[in-house]
Amino acid sequence: MKRVAITGQGSINALGRTAPETLRAMAEGRCGIGPLQVRDVERLSVQIGGQVQGYDPEAEFNRQQIALYDRFTQFTLLAAREAIAQSGLTFAGELSAEAGVVLGTAAGGMETWDDNFRSVYEEGKNRVHPFVVPKLMNNAAASHVSMEFNLKGPSFTVATACASSNHAMGQAFHLIRSGASRVMVTGGSEAMLTFGGVKAWEGLRVMSKDACRPFSANRNGMVQGEGAAVFVFEEMEHAKSRGAEILAEVIGFGMASDASDIVMPSAKGAARTMALALRDARVNSDAVGYINAHGTGTAANDKTECAAVADTFGAHADALMISSTKSMHGHLIGATGAVELLACIMALREGVIAPTIGYQEPDPECALDVVPNVAREAQVDVAMSNAFAFGGFNAVLVLRRA
Amino acid sequence: MTEEVSRRVVEIIAEQAVLEPSDVTMDATLEDLGIDSLGLVESIFAIEEAFDISVPFNANAPEESGFDISSVAAIVAAVETLVADQKGGVGPSPTQSDTGRA
Repeated sequence: MKRVAITGQGSINALGRTAPETLRAMAEGRCGIGPLQVRDVERLSVQIGGQVQGYDPEAEFNRQQIALYDRFTQFTLLAAREAIAQSGLTFAGELSAEAGVVLGTAAGGMETWDDNFRSVYEEGKNRVHPFVVPKLMNNAAASHVSMEFNLKGPSFTVATACASSNHAMGQAFHLIRSGASRVMVTGGSEAMLTFGGVKAWEGLRVMSKDACRPFSANRNGMVQGEGAAVFVFEEMEHAKSRGAEILAEVIGFGMASDASDIVMPSAKGAARTMALALRDARVNSDAVGYINAHGTGTAANDKTECAAVADTFGAHADALMISSTKSMHGHLIGATGAVELLACIMALREGVIAPTIGYQEPDPECALDVVPNVAREAQVDVAMSNAFAFGGFNAVLVLRRA
Repeated sequence: MTEEVSRRVVEIIAEQAVLEPSDVTMDATLEDLGIDSLGLVESIFAIEEAFDISVPFNANAPEESGFDISSVAAIVAAVETLVADQKGGVGPSPTQSDTGRA
């Protein structure tokens, strides 16, 4: 089995326009959640989100590109450019033929759906732009990354709601570990902070109207975010032989299905998935120093996840650190695992543990070290990133310090 | 009015519980009737649509939502209050009128 290095990372989200900006914000415990700026916001009962504020597509892309790139594709390309530039890779010849791109998204081109539904239903128009379909399709972002960087290997998009990115990165990890490819571009993107996207989430009655406070006894729901994070996964010897900087090593991936409920999480399913990931990584549970939690800030997730961590890690659960960075960037739905992997890499590489901000009251059902409100310095050798999706699909990644 | 509210709330709850309205008693809890969290959220949506009101309810903290769901009778009483507040000439507040304005 091949070893898998991470040699590039890029992101755009409510905390920053690049991966370093995002990490700085996380280290400072800054909150990227604020008033939403979307059309008809006054008709929404939830009016906050982790939005990429002041984003100007025309500053990044030309008119022809904007005609084809939904907001989620634009975010993906910006993150991919940053990650691939950092890796120093160019794709030609054999490497181009085997390198691919696997990305996660839950909603794909939601803004395109929203705008065009408005146009035909609300405004009564009978004609839409010719590129609606290629713009909204869930694989559009991955396809444009493949075209921009000449990636001709295995490429596809994964949609497993809030676990999409972790599943995508797990697939990229497997493709390299098995020897099928030496380089994979992977991560995820989401841009569903549109009127329809927020309205849909409102319906479930699980959204907070003021803040995302994971693990805090007074938490009152999740807050949506948007953005993308993209990584370059590379076969370890390939990375070493060209002298690439290795940000972290991916050592394990676990995935499992609860097979029980379409929205309620399962502690058993979560615990089983974490155990599978540890087994795959061939590390003992007490090696894990940091977990980036799924930590949505809902009543249901946080207590279930804490119970699952306690079950999986036993006494070590009290020694490890677990934080939810969703408190800062919001829940990026299909992209969330990708942005959260940045926090795991920061923990391993810089020894800085991103905090759970907005933490106000201890909850006896979440009695773990959630790194409340302020980042912490600590040496971490192994980090875990959790994603537990609606539909009961769980995906957990394990990383090691390079 | 009261009987009408009661009848329609019971119908909505009965439909969620897959029961006849006559089998839904006023002292029953949603748990007694086998209605889970998704069923509850769906019932509240149906109530909002039926009465053209907005029900303050957050599934994360049902007990803090100010909408008593402890029994069928409590739900009926809460709906009566909301109907009186929101349809009784005061008019819906801007933040609560999402279902009525679309």
